[in-house]
Amino acid sequence: MTSRANGVPSSVPSTGPRASIFDLGSPESRCVLAPDPDVPFDGLESLLGSAARIIPPTLPHVTELEIMRHYAHLAEMNFGVDSGFYPLGSCTMKYNPRINEDACRLEGFAGLHPYQPVHSVQGALALMVGLQEALGEISGLPAVSLQPAAGAHGELSALMCFRAAHTASGNPRSKVLIPDTAHGTNPASVAMCGYQTVTIPSNADGHVDLEALKAALDTDVAAFMLTNPNTLGLFDPQILEITAAVHEVGAFAYCDGANLNAILGITRPGDMGFDALHINLHKTFSTPHGGGGPGSGPICVTEPLAQFLPGPLPSRTEEGWYTLTTPQASIGRVRSFYGNFGVLVRAYAYVRALGSEGLKEVAEQAVLSANYLRVRLRDTFDLPYDTMCMHEFVLSGARQKSDYGVRTLDIAKRLLDYGYHPPTIYFPLLVEEALMIEPTETESLAELDAFADALIAIAQEAAETPDLVRSAPFSTPVRRIDEAAAARNPDLRWKPSITE
Amino acid sequence: MRFIPATCEQRDEMLRAVGCESVDELFADVPGPALLNKELDIPHGFTEMELAAHLRSLAEANIPASRLVSFVGAGCYDHYIPSVVDHVISRPEFFTAYTPYQPEVSQGTLQAIYEYQSMICALTGMDVANASMYDGATAFVEAALMACRVTKRNKVLVLGMVNPEWLDVLGTYSDSGLFEIEATEADAATSAEQLRTLVGPDTAAILMTSPNFVGVLEDITGLAEVAHGAGALLVVGSNPILLGVIEPPGALGADIVVGEGQPLGSPMSFGGPGFGFFACRDKHVRQMPGRLVGRGVDVDGDTAYVLTLSTREQHIRREKATSNICSNHALNAMAAGVYLAAVGSEGLRSIATTSIARAHYLRDELIKTGKFTAPWELPFGNEFALVYDGDTAQMYDTMFDKGYIAGIVLETEEGEPDLVLFAVTEQRTRAQIDAFVREVQSL
Repeated sequence: MTSRANGVPSSVPSTGPRASIFDLGSPESRCVLAPDPDVPFDGLESLLGSAARIIPPTLPHVTELEIMRHYAHLAEMNFGVDSGFYPLGSCTMKYNPRINEDACRLEGFAGLHPYQPVHSVQGALALMVGLQEALGEISGLPAVSLQPAAGAHGELSALMCFRAAHTASGNPRSKVLIPDTAHGTNPASVAMCGYQTVTIPSNADGHVDLEALKAALDTDVAAFMLTNPNTLGLFDPQILEITAAVHEVGAFAYCDGANLNAILGITRPGDMGFDALHINLHKTFSTPHGGGGPGSGPICVTEPLAQFLPGPLPSRTEEGWYTLTTPQASIGRVRSFYGNFGVLVRAYAYVRALGSEGLKEVAEQAVLSANYLRVRLRDTFDLPYDTMCMHEFVLSGARQKSDYGVRTLDIAKRLLDYGYHPPTIYFPLLVEEALMIEPTETESLAELDAFADALIAIAQEAAETPDLVRSAPFSTPVRRIDEAAAARNPDLRWKPSITE
Repeated sequence: MRFIPATCEQRDEMLRAVGCESVDELFADVPGPALLNKELDIPHGFTEMELAAHLRSLAEANIPASRLVSFVGAGCYDHYIPSVVDHVISRPEFFTAYTPYQPEVSQGTLQAIYEYQSMICALTGMDVANASMYDGATAFVEAALMACRVTKRNKVLVLGMVNPEWLDVLGTYSDSGLFEIEATEADAATSAEQLRTLVGPDTAAILMTSPNFVGVLEDITGLAEVAHGAGALLVVGSNPILLGVIEPPGALGADIVVGEGQPLGSPMSFGGPGFGFFACRDKHVRQMPGRLVGRGVDVDGDTAYVLTLSTREQHIRREKATSNICSNHALNAMAAGVYLAAVGSEGLRSIATTSIARAHYLRDELIKTGKFTAPWELPFGNEFALVYDGDTAQMYDTMFDKGYIAGIVLETEEGEPDLVLFAVTEQRTRAQIDAFVREVQSL
């Protein structure tokens, strides 16, 4: 996509007005038609009556070549892991192995209908059971549902299991506790499950304020949700005390597994005392993010919670066959069918490619790479929590902002000119001008060094030529966008009247 | 190690740089009792060649519907996918990208999704469509929740003949106590009259699908009148292929239109991932769940696309967000955009027409065998239910052994005859249909 800018704004010509796919082709162009009905047929009117559509939908009318060129042009304006380093914190933008893409496209997987007879889908169910067993082993939480479609969906599904378990004991309870470092999906999932959110502050070390947590815990608390390692990239050393305190009031301990990449084969949420965990297969298990999805958010729970899992779930019978059953006290389905199977195939392939030893090495290298970058950058930027980190760490651009009027947003935009995708910015909320950096294990030492050099060069630019940084990017397909104007007058679909 | 480029020497160099003697020191914060201290009980890693063989053997242990003559639908359909679709979405710039939070380097995803949104609006007759939901069922639930926010009411009235899985998902979500459900009898079609006495001042929405689960086209206009008469919204679940030839719900009074988008260019893939489409009126856009792409300009005045109205979303609004959705099904939505561009309105019309015509032909021919009877005479699209005169399960199994999937046998009340639900796509040829009918005849 972009080339390395060497600190100097390149003069890439403006791309100018871009054609919408609706502007291309001509009404005479046509691409793919179905064969004629070839059966006795008196026309749609006779079959559909008044339901027949009078005005056809306004869709593009393009040839196949025009489609390929249109999307080729769009692809050139996009940045993926294959384009370059993508250190987006908490998103685990690791390499997406290509054999996984081949695997999910095998006709024996892609051509399966969810309502085929069970005897005709034994390979698919065996794969799902294999993935369930692997995720159960990795998490230390043996009962697994692969149904949730994404991380937030997994959070909600697990909270629903907690609600069902509490209800079965006589009281659904009303509150869920969440630390101030939590991902936004946590409180949103809590609200969708009909619970109230109570925020627990972090202590000076960036960990859970254990006293504040204990003070907030009572028998009306349904659960405590914790991301561990948390969004500061820190592993909470009080974890065993935390989960014990949560259990003392009969509440459940929930682990947001967004950051599982840091601890594969090192420690397990189940061994930390958590009762449930969601896993983002599109983060830790290398399935691609697809420009926003689809992901997959399986949940892993303790044996006592297994009866509440969303189903149906594949399992192996004593005779060695595979079948689908719904747990006895299941919360019900949380979506259609059995999960994002195509994503499950990719994750299963990843587990089998790495094996036990490879998974542990992933965690070790992810953590080592993050610490290496942390050490390389801690003199240039503020590092509010300067301690050993896990798979990611959070810098602060506060110094650049106060000394030179260069904000973290500017630094992020300037990184685009150097050919990098920026880190996650302005999150977590308790770090001022936050830059949350997660390199992942799949980047080389040379790439890490080049990225550190770029950030150091940008810090230098912030001191010497702050306007340059404030005006970046210069080399991207478009430059900074007036987001406020776009939100004030939303233009959310193509209309014939506004085409150039 | 596969996918990890660092060499042993480089690892040592990095460890020295961070001041550690060993990798174990990196994990000093993990309390001793929580350390695993054993190898994970997972098999050792395969070489790529071994892995390919293993995956192939699992795939070959299945008998995919795509290799049979399949008449099963019920929410997942084997429409033909133009070759161009997978070629476009296989471009790594698209599928290895994250959510387009940095619009300057995400114009490809953003413009593709904006165009997808525009196409869904065109199909449904609505003003605004979001960037996708997980699937049709969760889009249906999100529509119920949105209707509750818009009307500040908490009860939804759902037609009993919607897809039973959608009904189940709706029930799962309503256990949170955020809204209540009343479901009508599962009639083959529901009239406005039947609903008039059921709506009330606390009804947030009537939830329906057309076609419904047994393929029947419902009276959207009539139900819209009942809903609006009670100050409620009308939520319509639709089949996107049929929208090429049936009136868009937006023209018939729907306030929210949702549906399962899998038929638009996603393989069946054992039921996922497809995607949910979600469209509504302009006036309700700020209550909408999910991401939206807008069109604006950059500092140079050039056209630029960007995620917009995000103050509805969880990363900003947290517990007050319109939904908890973060990752959606963007790549499947993008595939739908490519699909719709590839077929155009004429192609979509031909796909729907051939599917519908052949479905009607199959139904007529099955009835002519004398082994099937029609439980009702109501307008339908490419899916219909018949009663089999005989042992339905045995018929299904026998036909499967002969290479056919004879639809899906529906669970019915004790004492009621079995219903068999058939779906026909444009991929089923007349010759296949005739052969299937002959085989059934000879049972």
